[in-house]
Amino acid sequence: MQPRDPVAAVREAFPGAVVEVVEFRGETTLVIQTDRIAEVATFLRDADGLKYNFLVDVTGVDYLPDYPRFGVLYHLYSMLTNRRLALKVRLGQEDDEDEALVVPSVTGVWPTANWQEREVFDMFGIRFAGHPDLRRILMPADWDGYPQRRDYPLGYETVQFSFNYDEIQKHKPFAKE
Amino acid sequence: MTVAPEMTRWEGTLEELKGLVSPRALSGETVLLNMGPQHPSTHGVLRLLLEMDGETLVSIVPDIGYLHTGIEKNMESKRYEQSIVMTDRMDYLAPFSNNLVYCLAIEKLTGLDVPERAQIIRVIMAELTRLNSHLVWLGTHAIDIGAMSLLLYCFRERERILDLFEMLSGQRMMGTYFRPGGVWRDVTDEFLPELEKYLAYLPGKIDEYEALLTRNPLWIDRTQGVGIVTPEDAIAWGLSGPVLRASGVNFDLRKAQPYSGYETYDFDIPMGLHGDTYDRYLVRMQEMRESIKIITQAKDRLKKATGPFRSQDRKFVPPPRAELGTSMEAVIHHFKLWTEGFKAPKGEVQVMVEGPRGIISCTLVGDGTNKPARVHFRTPSFIHIQAIPLLAKDHLLADLVAIIGTLDPVLGDCDR
Repeated sequence: MQPRDPVAAVREAFPGAVVEVVEFRGETTLVIQTDRIAEVATFLRDADGLKYNFLVDVTGVDYLPDYPRFGVLYHLYSMLTNRRLALKVRLGQEDDEDEALVVPSVTGVWPTANWQEREVFDMFGIRFAGHPDLRRILMPADWDGYPQRRDYPLGYETVQFSFNYDEIQKHKPFAKE
Repeated sequence: MTVAPEMTRWEGTLEELKGLVSPRALSGETVLLNMGPQHPSTHGVLRLLLEMDGETLVSIVPDIGYLHTGIEKNMESKRYEQSIVMTDRMDYLAPFSNNLVYCLAIEKLTGLDVPERAQIIRVIMAELTRLNSHLVWLGTHAIDIGAMSLLLYCFRERERILDLFEMLSGQRMMGTYFRPGGVWRDVTDEFLPELEKYLAYLPGKIDEYEALLTRNPLWIDRTQGVGIVTPEDAIAWGLSGPVLRASGVNFDLRKAQPYSGYETYDFDIPMGLHGDTYDRYLVRMQEMRESIKIITQAKDRLKKATGPFRSQDRKFVPPPRAELGTSMEAVIHHFKLWTEGFKAPKGEVQVMVEGPRGIISCTLVGDGTNKPARVHFRTPSFIHIQAIPLLAKDHLLADLVAIIGTLDPVLGDCDR
């Protein structure tokens, strides 16, 4: 099996799906259009000369103050060609509601993505369309907010001043009733 | 329909529960049983919701998060070098593998060099960590299945590894010994003779364990054919380390994507045939012998390798104390590093190492400041606990205990 260049192969098979190619420290990251990630992933897993059969890692990143705000990173590894590749999707415009943050799930491509996508949902509030069991995984089921977001306070309770009164009030547990 | 008391303690909704167990559980035909989070055989605070038909497992729902400490969130508020101490606390049985992956990620992001001597010390410590972790695995796995004495033997041998850790890092368990660009300090005078004594002592002890277990009919009955994983399943579910290799997949990052100079050592990758609990036992036992081989070679090299044990790049590594009295530049570097640390460029890197349990991967996102924008650890325990339903389905409840033991999860590693 002759290894193929993943960038050219994806560009050929999915015209317009590759938004950007980032080269950094010897790593190649393909930024893919958000709604096409599942089909690109299936292609990378199955196509001859690519065979990225092992999904190492799925993780979210919050790029605040940049927009699109969130990124979901997929690190792939091919045991047959011994090569690595990273995929990335970007989503979340400034006025997006939480419900609008939707990425197609790759659980059908690699079953190992199941819990990793649940963790991204738990920590960033990114929904995965087609995920069989999208519940919180590390935080309690009734937790409010998404802890890994950059605007989520670290541990301590934020002091309530007049300028942020409403925002803090929203997060108080008693305010739900 | 009355709802069983087990269900009312389920923290999600009844609708969610319906998607996780079979419809028979809701009519009372099968029984829902709660195992953990406080259970001696779950190796920490792992909770499993079991659906039982008699003594047979129908469905298993792992529930994790009891040990979630927000390490990744915490790291975003600390400087790069301040967070090394937290990586130890993730997988507390393999602290140096976690140190290593985090330091390698920083080095890749900043382009920092690591001198040869530091690489060798790192290999020695990483392999000692593997021995340490496998000894604890063997002891706890055996006591789960019913071989009581092994736990005591394994902890006796492990204690001497902890002594070796203490000689270098000052701590028995949470060493925090690795630093970006090398290690914290050079090996001490008493370390190498003690290490040599230990390397001569351990192989005989591993023979003793094998004499107790490998041909023991009780051990074979409890482990052979239990929790079989096919190679295809193992790859699709992201299993790695000894679990993957026991299924017959020849994949070890130390060979496939070498780091820290592993390509220069002579060692073999033990593999299994059947992917069952017994093969995973054999693979881990053989891995311990291979680790001893690697440490023996590294120790000989360490005697010849002169040179610094840490990078000399003063933008990242503080100068030694002696330089501070004579060099103004050293004082400036010292001050800068201890007040604001070093800055890493904007970019994203990912590094993988072969830990004792499997692939540990660290994703590090730098934003040009002295703190990371995002750190994420892909930990093998997290992935392996996800696969418990795959391994344990249709087994007996007693086999579940063997299956948890053979996956060797550490819940601190899983929940981070």
